[in-house]
Amino acid sequence: MIEIHNIHKTFGDKKVLDGVSGVFETGKTNLLLGASGTGKSVLLKCIVGLIKPDLGSVTFDGTYFTNNKLDIRQEIRRKIGMLFQGSALFDSMTVEQNVEFPLKMLTDMNKDERMERVNFCLKRVGLEGANKKMPSEISGGMKKRVGIARAIAPNCTYLFCDEPNSGLDPQTALKIDELIKEITEEYNITTIIVTHDMNSVIEIGDKIFFLYEGKKLWEGTRDEIMDTDIKELNDFIFANRLMRDAKKVEEEEREEEEERLHHQPAAQENNMAPPADTPNEPQPQNPEGPAATTQTGQNQV
Amino acid sequence: MLQSFGKYLLFLQSLFIRKESTKILFGRTIDEAILIGINSIFIVAIVSTFIGAVTCVQVAYNLDNAFIPRSTIGFMVREMTILELAPTITSIVLAGKVGSSIAGGLGTMQITEQVDALEVMGINSASYLVLPKVVAAIMVFPMLVILSMFLSILGGYLAGTISGELTPQEYITGIRDGFIPYNITFALIKSVVFAFLISSISSFRGYNTRGGALEVGAASTSAVTSSVIAILIGDFVLAYVLL
Repeated sequence: MIEIHNIHKTFGDKKVLDGVSGVFETGKTNLLLGASGTGKSVLLKCIVGLIKPDLGSVTFDGTYFTNNKLDIRQEIRRKIGMLFQGSALFDSMTVEQNVEFPLKMLTDMNKDERMERVNFCLKRVGLEGANKKMPSEISGGMKKRVGIARAIAPNCTYLFCDEPNSGLDPQTALKIDELIKEITEEYNITTIIVTHDMNSVIEIGDKIFFLYEGKKLWEGTRDEIMDTDIKELNDFIFANRLMRDAKKVEEEEREEEEERLHHQPAAQENNMAPPADTPNEPQPQNPEGPAATTQTGQNQV
Repeated sequence: MLQSFGKYLLFLQSLFIRKESTKILFGRTIDEAILIGINSIFIVAIVSTFIGAVTCVQVAYNLDNAFIPRSTIGFMVREMTILELAPTITSIVLAGKVGSSIAGGLGTMQITEQVDALEVMGINSASYLVLPKVVAAIMVFPMLVILSMFLSILGGYLAGTISGELTPQEYITGIRDGFIPYNITFALIKSVVFAFLISSISSFRGYNTRGGALEVGAASTSAVTSSVIAILIGDFVLAYVLL
């Protein structure tokens, strides 16, 4: 369980976080929801210690984290797995080396044990066989999977995901969401996900925190979110729905266009073909059957 | 300016707190030494050979007095090469090649959150990424400078003898005349100081990159500019103090 209390953060004159508090439960996918620029990612970075909050505290399973001794913070950090928005895979390492990296740095495992764990994690995220590929050779969705594998490799207790489905198509995004949810429940870890995607809320959000202009305006479950009377949240849901509908229409139009273009050459070919009533030229008799070579080469093997 | 220098000192301090195990750092240092050293041999060889050749031809052109022995050309090539050209010009060339590579690499890691990924794992990213680069540069630069000295003198020999400015015997006599071994020590001290300046300044610029691809380019440029200025200032200070 992660508890945050009264987190404040200011960059220059801009107040990004204004007294955010909350409890993120173990074994559940906790979502930090909000539009762009509301301080979700900053809050996440404050929780993991990448950004120091101006005020407030973070507690991991009862252990105070913010401003605690360096070795205690290090100890907690070694239990943290994080999936970054751009995956943050190490460019110079293969997929296998990326997943092996935290095991090499944080555990006393020997090479065989590490490889066993790497293969297990890659299999768990559906990437068996991709061991030797470089990050530049794999797709965005695969990168996210490798990022998840790297995060869970050292048996993390806390999993943080910064916009895990950004830049992915809806189907891949859904798969990534489902994978995170499965892993959270399977290993009983505390997961916090930053998102602005209502699909994620509907699919995997056990507990949702809605941020608006640096403040937590609402928290609740995915069943409660539709019944809220908070104007900003309703506006956000409405805008998200409009965007989703627009995307859906756009996608349908694109599919129709593709289908039309796909059929067009076939129709043109049909137009060029001789009419049905035109008698075909007599075909030369082929004693070796239809599979044998013709003069046009159409059946060439 | 003063604020940047303060940040640079704090950055250097951060390299030595909560270091990773010696085994891991040793492995990374060897990797970096290969990257910095092996990949720089070609450019150092080309630059040094031609610098030696040009020095020899230009000295010969200026020494047209019949009372000055031709072996003086070899003597001057050696002195200029060992004292100044090999350590300083090699370091300036390496500031362009190695410095921009270090700053660009670290800058890219910073903007793609790879540095954050290390920090989240509880690894001191500055120590893990930068310390091996600095140690590797300090190890490799003196070797490159020794190679540069040898090739410069060889370049001078080839240019002088092929062009007929002096005989091989005259050149070798000049090279061996009045040799001061301390000059080699001085050149190696310079190479170590320049290695530290280039690797640490470039790492500092790269590590503190924020923004996007444009800022990575700016960090590389700034790393090279700052390193070259630091080399020239360092060159003067060392010459003043040690000679």
